[in-house]
Amino acid sequence: MSESSMTRPRAAAVHHTSLGVDNRKLGVWAFIGSETLFFATLITTYFVFAPVNRMRPDFQDPRKFLDIELTTVLASILLASSLTMVLALSAIKRGDRRWFTTWLLATVGLGLAFIGGQAYEFNHLYHEGLTLSSSLFGTTFFVLTGFHGTHVAIGVIWLLSVFFKVRAYPDSPENPMDVEIAGLYWHFVDLVWVAIFVLVYLI
Amino acid sequence: MAIAERPAETVSLPRVNVRPGWAGWLSTTDHKRIGIMYLVSAFVFFLIGGIEALLMRIQLGTPDNTFLTPDVYNQMFTMHGTTMIFLGLMPLNVGLGNYMVPLMIGARDMAFPRLNALSIWLFIFGGLMLYVSFFVGGAPNVGWFAYAPLTQKQFSPTAGVDYWIVGIGLTGVASIAGALNFIVTILNMRAPGMTLNRMPLFVWMQLIVAFILIFAFPVLTVATIQLLFDRHFGTRFFLPNLGGDAVLWQHLFWFFGHPEVYILILPTMGIISEVLPTFSRKPIFGYAFVAYSGVAIGFLGFLVWAHHMFAVGLGPLANAFFGAASFLIAVPTGVKIFNWLATMWQGSLNLTTSMLYAISFIGMFVIGGISGITLASPPINVQQTDSYYVVAHMHYVLFGGAIQGIFAGIFYWFPKMTGRMLDERLGKWQFWLMLISFNLTFFPMHLSGNAGMPRRIYTYEADMGWGLWNLISTIGSLLLAVAFLIFLWNVLTSLRRGPIAPADPWDGATLEWAVSSPPPVYNFAVTPRVRSRRPLWDEKYPHLVNGSHEAPTARPRSPLHDGFEREIPAVMEPIHLPSPTYAPLIVSVGITILGFGIIYLGDFGLIAASAMLVGLLIMAAGIFSWVRISHIDSPHHAHHGV
Repeated sequence: MSESSMTRPRAAAVHHTSLGVDNRKLGVWAFIGSETLFFATLITTYFVFAPVNRMRPDFQDPRKFLDIELTTVLASILLASSLTMVLALSAIKRGDRRWFTTWLLATVGLGLAFIGGQAYEFNHLYHEGLTLSSSLFGTTFFVLTGFHGTHVAIGVIWLLSVFFKVRAYPDSPENPMDVEIAGLYWHFVDLVWVAIFVLVYLI
Repeated sequence: MAIAERPAETVSLPRVNVRPGWAGWLSTTDHKRIGIMYLVSAFVFFLIGGIEALLMRIQLGTPDNTFLTPDVYNQMFTMHGTTMIFLGLMPLNVGLGNYMVPLMIGARDMAFPRLNALSIWLFIFGGLMLYVSFFVGGAPNVGWFAYAPLTQKQFSPTAGVDYWIVGIGLTGVASIAGALNFIVTILNMRAPGMTLNRMPLFVWMQLIVAFILIFAFPVLTVATIQLLFDRHFGTRFFLPNLGGDAVLWQHLFWFFGHPEVYILILPTMGIISEVLPTFSRKPIFGYAFVAYSGVAIGFLGFLVWAHHMFAVGLGPLANAFFGAASFLIAVPTGVKIFNWLATMWQGSLNLTTSMLYAISFIGMFVIGGISGITLASPPINVQQTDSYYVVAHMHYVLFGGAIQGIFAGIFYWFPKMTGRMLDERLGKWQFWLMLISFNLTFFPMHLSGNAGMPRRIYTYEADMGWGLWNLISTIGSLLLAVAFLIFLWNVLTSLRRGPIAPADPWDGATLEWAVSSPPPVYNFAVTPRVRSRRPLWDEKYPHLVNGSHEAPTARPRSPLHDGFEREIPAVMEPIHLPSPTYAPLIVSVGITILGFGIIYLGDFGLIAASAMLVGLLIMAAGIFSWVRISHIDSPHHAHHGV
């Protein structure tokens, strides 16, 4: 019953958590769990209405509107940004500020390119006659992909704030964790795009 | 006597940097202050929701009454339901959790103190936003469930529904942020030795609720966003005439709405799992069963949402599945009830007000549970749906259950939170009056419901034969109001003149009783070590630890006088507390302005867009200051002075 109490070294005590995982990392994982339900609901809504759209007089065919080539490029951009994100994290863990800056800004740039591409796509579709109110396809498509785009934009802001924080406090020992949790979110948003790309654009 | 007054021989107690007066509250990051802010603001909203209920009861007291117009009546039941669920019960539970969970697990604060402050502000602003609707064209009048397509612009032209969407959205963000905070705090900040299976059951239930919350709320968020787009931006999610689906709203809403019921009731089940053992002077019977029944309830809660939709016509297969799954939830619930009864069995019961409320919780909750079982059966449900029988059922569960459980918790922990004892005599008057008037109010609704009285009607004709039951309900509700006034009086007088509370007034078993009442800002001068589920009883009654049943030879001198504190070596890291900051408040103000902009974006594009921009800028300023303070505040910085 009575175990002997141990003296904990001071340095370890500062980082001590019950599960051994950083608090913020655990929090972001739980948040990602919550976000999964958010996108699952939007994607479910899309699929609930896909067959209804086909039966309607104002039917708009996703195949006729969606440009697979453009979105394949967008998907590649976002996937590449996950790679640069990993490289940015690895650089900051090594303490390599120069490459960290390069890879993080590359991630931000790719994220912005994705948002730009989506803005181009939305504009194009709008002129083709696909709007929020033109059909059930327009309703579900724009709300789903629009909220994904919003998440990418929030991710870009998050990455930029990490970038400026690291610039302002280059010696903070929390920097790698700041980058890591921003990266977790970034990979999640990327993964959601993979799901949307496959489910909405490809099949 | 109290641990907090220990001489600072082993650790350097922190310099506590609390701003005086209002500024201290506006800038606080202390989980205890935030907990009190939750409790006070939620209680105010709760009283407002109660007044709405009273107005409805006055209207229904006599047939053909004209006290409220039909439209005002609709606003009343919508706001009553929304207020009680989102602004009353939920935050009352969150408030108790915020205050008690870190203390019970031996932590100094929540994992994310600034996020915690953001949650309380967003909750308060979200609640206020909901109430602003009364002054700008009328409150929402579509029921707290807001069924489509009644919520669409052509049927609900006022901004009431928009305020409902955005107000619920803000409190939803607050709830998700709060739940993340609870999850990380409970999983990661337990004192050494406090394994999951040694956590107090109240902490267990808060953990389960936090998980339910992060999975249930996003679904509501999406549904309300889709509704907002329908109302303002030309989509057609819930517009059947354009191919939309009104039943989809019901699915999404109840996929959130049913787990929400467990979000409301599980914390109070946790409360009474603390109160019953303390006042029975026995450990909880079947700890693991109580804990894991909670997990089972949380899980099953996601599989039963369509029992709110039996009358929709989903088909026999769906109805059978959801009916059966609903029956299944009775099993873990029943397990808990028998565990509570067995806890009291042969205990030396100490019938304090808190204990009376806990016992009454069991009784009233069982009545609500039995009417719930009948409603879970599709053929019976089709007879009773939308009748006052349902109103009776849900109030037995949420008032007889949740509210009484919360009162058990408030009477139990008030001395800890304020350093003063509540008056027990007034408390017992309040309890008996509340128990009688509660049953007077809600029991007749079973009968009027079975006599065919539908819900949400603003009046009825004399020859329907519902007059007597309604009159009794109305009289009961007025008496209920008196019971709440007694409580309010009790709180206000006890805060000034109540007897000073000792650290451990009830001879409790859990860690919150190890510190002074109220606890010091840093909670624990030295992090406690835990060796069992009842660390304080182990300390106070060491001869009982190994199963000996001899009576204690003498009352221990004081809780934890020797025990786990002394053996901690003197080399400890300095206590680190988060600094006060206005950043969360500023961010919340920004988000709230953004919310106002969203409401009017469809109608007044340019003005609303500029408001949104202002909101975003305020938010950005808040986040900037947040990042700065979190850097300055980080333990590394505090230690090494970067």
